[in-house]
Amino acid sequence: MSGHSVTEPSNRQKWISGLLVITYAVITIMPLLWIIATGFKSPEDAISYPPKVVFEPSVEGYVNLFTARTRVTPSMEETLPPPDTWYEQIARESGTVIVGPSRYGQRFLNSVIIGFGSTFLSIFFGTLAAYAFSRFRVPIKDDLLFFILSTRMMPPIAVAIPIFLMFRQLGLNDTHLGMILLYTAVNLSLSVWLLKGFIDEIPLEYEEAALIDGYTRFQAFYKVVLPQAATGIASTAIFCLIFAWNEYAFAVLLTSGTAQTAPPFIPTIIGVGGKDWPAVAAGATLFLIPVMIFTILLRKHLLRGITFGAVRK
Amino acid sequence: MSGNPIDRIAQATPPSLANRFRGFSDRTIAWLFVGPSIILLLAVNIFPLIWTINLSFTNFKANRLRDAEYIGFRNYERILTDADTWQSMQATAHFLFWTIFFQVLIGFALAYLINKKFKGNDLWTTIIVFPMMLSPAVVGNFWTFLYQPQIGLFNYVVSFFSGVDPSSFSMIGDVDLAPWSIVIVDTWMWTPFVMLICLAGLRSIPDSIYEAAECDRASKWRQFWTLTVPMVLPFLMLAVLFRGIENFKMFDLVVQLTGGGPGSLTTLTSIDLKREAFEKWRTGYASAYAVILFVTVFGLASIYVKALNKVKER
Repeated sequence: MSGHSVTEPSNRQKWISGLLVITYAVITIMPLLWIIATGFKSPEDAISYPPKVVFEPSVEGYVNLFTARTRVTPSMEETLPPPDTWYEQIARESGTVIVGPSRYGQRFLNSVIIGFGSTFLSIFFGTLAAYAFSRFRVPIKDDLLFFILSTRMMPPIAVAIPIFLMFRQLGLNDTHLGMILLYTAVNLSLSVWLLKGFIDEIPLEYEEAALIDGYTRFQAFYKVVLPQAATGIASTAIFCLIFAWNEYAFAVLLTSGTAQTAPPFIPTIIGVGGKDWPAVAAGATLFLIPVMIFTILLRKHLLRGITFGAVRK
Repeated sequence: MSGNPIDRIAQATPPSLANRFRGFSDRTIAWLFVGPSIILLLAVNIFPLIWTINLSFTNFKANRLRDAEYIGFRNYERILTDADTWQSMQATAHFLFWTIFFQVLIGFALAYLINKKFKGNDLWTTIIVFPMMLSPAVVGNFWTFLYQPQIGLFNYVVSFFSGVDPSSFSMIGDVDLAPWSIVIVDTWMWTPFVMLICLAGLRSIPDSIYEAAECDRASKWRQFWTLTVPMVLPFLMLAVLFRGIENFKMFDLVVQLTGGGPGSLTTLTSIDLKREAFEKWRTGYASAYAVILFVTVFGLASIYVKALNKVKER
């Protein structure tokens, strides 16, 4: 045996485990790289056999993603004035003309509005509730906390039936407000549980000192506790945002037009003739990249977020 | 900071605000803080749940104006005697069992390897975690492209290593393969979840325990089974609980991937429920279905949590 501690893995062990983990990582990242690559392929390259790893990059997918086009015959094309923009030029090369913008931009914007709106509200209410659960003796506290968590156990489709009827009565179907309220409620369980954990970790002494100094409870809350909990609040907010961003079941059932978010929209993208995979991949890429960036930012708190604060490391 | 505390507060807040909140007792503040959340959850979760239970005893159809009639337990009877329901329950059970099986196996193995603390393990862990953070619907939709018999990357890679003609099988279209196609994608997506939780478990084991075992000349194999596994078990069971509940609710990934087909082979209960509620518009029937699902997941989860607590106490 070598001289070092018995619990320290040997160099050979490290080498082998590193190799295996990296192999898995490369395999698992492949589909994601394939999405990004497909977005930069021409439609012909995207569906070639064998699948092309090396290809000539093209932005046709992105042009197709953001525009609505119609096919024109070569003779018709000759009668048109020459293309005045680079994207018109790209569309012409595949025998189409641009007739207007696509709906992707608007669907993406809906995702942003609903995502940020619901995140703000669930953090606002969640912080208040978490503080109260953490610091005060709330009657039936454990039951309330469990109740809040149990709302996450219901299949979304099961909840969607009465929500659909309720929204129909209130005129909230396919509105931003309706979706924001719904996602706020769904995210509340996450934000209360996570934030309670973060606030529990702030030593009581800080607040007690503030209270002795003559601060009111309320002042102690927003001048002492809130700044201390800032990191926790920020990471909880990102988790709420990611959930709202990714949500599909409610979105597909309760929105169809004005308030439709990107997840139900992206799979419905079709080209002028058949499924336009580069455009779908381009749409998916733009939609997935922000989450990947957030994942990197969040990596220290990831475990906590995905287990509702049950595992804290 | 200068001056006495009273001055400081006077500077910090307008007096009216300070006075207004000074009057509140802790109890009042507690209810003020908890209230909005509870009200919102009551409105969006409990009220709808009660409504669902009520509807489940009627023959209401949401696309008709006709008034609903109470029909007692007829919906429940019909659901539990319907072969299609049992078929979808079976599909869900298959999906649940195999996804959890593979995710635990691969997730634990990965965590064990990462815990060997090789250089750069943080970076690779982050890369492995990516799939689980992404939108299941968007990613699931793209997997249909990877699964294409002629042009898909998945079929190409399989044929590259096995020599099978890539156009000779269709993961989504073939009756034998479709149930596995959803298991593969879900495992790809959620293995990192189990991995992260196991990693936390492994890291919670103090080195001193292994040192003591080493002094007792316990073999590495024995150490693994008598120390590592029991210490990680509560974490692993928690991961299984989360995955179990999530996959019982599974909708977005599978509906985009296979749409429930071929036939109804991959029609999980959520997909079946969606058809009843929003395609056939049998609202009353679907409500009863929803209640049955909720009772099932709630009941199973409660039993499981009891078992989990027993393991934790040991």
